[in-house]
Amino acid sequence: MKDHHAIPLGGLVLVAAISLTACGSSAASTAGGGGTSAATASSASAAGGMDALVAAAKKEGKLNVIALPRNWANYGELMDGFQKKYGITITDDNPDGSSADEIAAMKSLKGQSRAPDVVDVGQAFAVSGTKEGLFAPYKVATFDQIPASLKSAGGEWVNDYGGYVSIGCDAAKVSPCPTSFAALDNPAYKGKVALNGDPLKANAAFQAVWAVALAKGGSLDNIAPGIDFFGALAKSGVYKPVQASAATIESGETPIVLDWDYLNAAKASGLNAKGGSWKVVVPADGHLPGYYVQAISKTAPHPAAARLWQEYLYSVEGQNGFLKGGARPANEQAMTAAGTIDATLAAALPKVTGDPVFPTDAQGAAAKAVLTQKWPATVGG
Amino acid sequence: MAEPSTALSRADVLAAPARGGGRGSEPTPQRSQGDSPHRSGRAHRRPTPPTWWGFAPFVAFLSAFFLLPCALVLLTAFQRADPTTGVTAFSLQNWVDSLTGIYRTGLLNSLQLALVTAVVSAVAGLLIAWQICGLRSTFVRQAVSSSSAVLANFGGLPLAFLFVAVLGTAGVLTTALHSWFGVNLDDLHFSLYSLKGVELVYLYFLIPLMVLVITPALEGIRPQWREAAASLGARPWQYWRLVVAPVLAPSLLGSLLLLFCSSLSAFATASALTNGTLAITPLQIDTAVSGNVLVGQDNLAAALALNMILIVVPLTLAYQALQRRTSRWLR
Repeated sequence: MKDHHAIPLGGLVLVAAISLTACGSSAASTAGGGGTSAATASSASAAGGMDALVAAAKKEGKLNVIALPRNWANYGELMDGFQKKYGITITDDNPDGSSADEIAAMKSLKGQSRAPDVVDVGQAFAVSGTKEGLFAPYKVATFDQIPASLKSAGGEWVNDYGGYVSIGCDAAKVSPCPTSFAALDNPAYKGKVALNGDPLKANAAFQAVWAVALAKGGSLDNIAPGIDFFGALAKSGVYKPVQASAATIESGETPIVLDWDYLNAAKASGLNAKGGSWKVVVPADGHLPGYYVQAISKTAPHPAAARLWQEYLYSVEGQNGFLKGGARPANEQAMTAAGTIDATLAAALPKVTGDPVFPTDAQGAAAKAVLTQKWPATVGG
Repeated sequence: MAEPSTALSRADVLAAPARGGGRGSEPTPQRSQGDSPHRSGRAHRRPTPPTWWGFAPFVAFLSAFFLLPCALVLLTAFQRADPTTGVTAFSLQNWVDSLTGIYRTGLLNSLQLALVTAVVSAVAGLLIAWQICGLRSTFVRQAVSSSSAVLANFGGLPLAFLFVAVLGTAGVLTTALHSWFGVNLDDLHFSLYSLKGVELVYLYFLIPLMVLVITPALEGIRPQWREAAASLGARPWQYWRLVVAPVLAPSLLGSLLLLFCSSLSAFATASALTNGTLAITPLQIDTAVSGNVLVGQDNLAAALALNMILIVVPLTLAYQALQRRTSRWLR
């Protein structure tokens, strides 16, 4: 966390250093790593076909990604798979960084060979980044199959994987485990319920509050009941403001955790090996899906590799890779219809009924504005 | 620090202003107690290489990591991007926002936290240091001063986790109190994950810091003064009020300011303990700049940072001024 503190400061200095030198460098220098047509190609065919894209990417030989934890949605295996398949070296900068860190790095390292080529960010950051003109539009081969609510029409960003807010619970320490959000309000769970972070900083925690709002009479336009519910849980001591992690779950400090289903699922392996019994449910009373977004930097130092990485992530192999990490691939519906989805893995996902309803960006911004003002006052104090 | 001046005898230093007083920018030579004569004397005796050479790395460092960021904070605090067009323009809105609603609460909480912890640790630290200074045993004194030096620098995440392990809901002390004495911390209205809890944890590194900074001042109070006062017919309370208090007051206030600023700017411990439920300015800056939820709040963060600068800079200057006054007596 001390490092986190240092980043903005260092970032500011970098920004200053770059803006001082920016006068001398024209836009031409930003093509950097050698891709010629790849830097502006908006699809594989525009880059001269898939073979030409692979050849150009191999020539670049490198790919800079940022803020991808290896145990997050199976990214470790996906990165290894890509490196092995194409012989391209991936550098994963600041693996535990946030979406804001990713966007800041894009801006501050612009024009340098170590700038991120691609980012994996929350949708709100993708929308604001598109407004700022940070991303290069690119449509992967399967672009048309992906639901319209999961992509920008111009191809500046596309959701890659996602999940639902879930309740993870160690049945070895808690009995019975809660299966709905409303059931959390139970004195038996005192000092046991935690989020994966501060809802004003961690997307999953923010969406968890929103999902609870849906369960307690709120809506996508009204997050307030969720905040009030957590306020009541904090007063009765049920909600504990500790950032849940594998370590706090193992120690028994936070045996009940609200998080994305795929992140909660990933916590099971270590715990169950030590006598725990980690169960993950997506409560029926508050279905809230959330997806992450891929976008290519307009000034990517390795533009061909960046585009090839997209093709890989949205291929059947890549999408099933996310599924292996417990995340729902963005192309789930089309893959299910075509029979290319890994049926065993898909069947193992926590059950969700009905079609997902996604909040709009405006609803998201409004919910965050309310949360910013109300959360500390309601849940703290 | 000590290199060239050790070559100068005290007589040199005191005589220097008279000989080398040609520089217009130097303070009046009569104030021989200040440390400026050191510099003028040295410059006079060794004209090459210029003294600012040695100073240059520090200036570069200061510029890169303090002055430049401060300037950027000042600049960005008064800029705002139009949400639809994305065009940035001068605006006071960030600053207004930073002083209203939850951000106002955050600033007030920060000030309260800093004030309470500074006062409590100043009093506790002073009492401890006073007791330690009175001890004959040099071993105990050294043990206290070195352990204070370690504890004063013990902060951040490790400290938070240490307290969670001891006083958290599954903590060692919490469970021990419960099983041995049937005492439940909840019933005592104490929670580690609240403002009170954060205050307690801050005391853990602030009290040793107070012991560290106040001990030299206490050691500077010479036994002769008491004897001198007594021989002039002063009663003990008169000695305390007329001799000790005036000598100690500046360094006490100075230490208080130092503690206040440390507490005001501390960040990682509170972040780990309260996870967003406590609104204090350093955490709000972090939330605005770095996170996965709030988008495009950089300018607001700069405005919040500016508020902290506006609080800390005058206090630091006051601290420096007090420090100069004390050092005249305690050397």
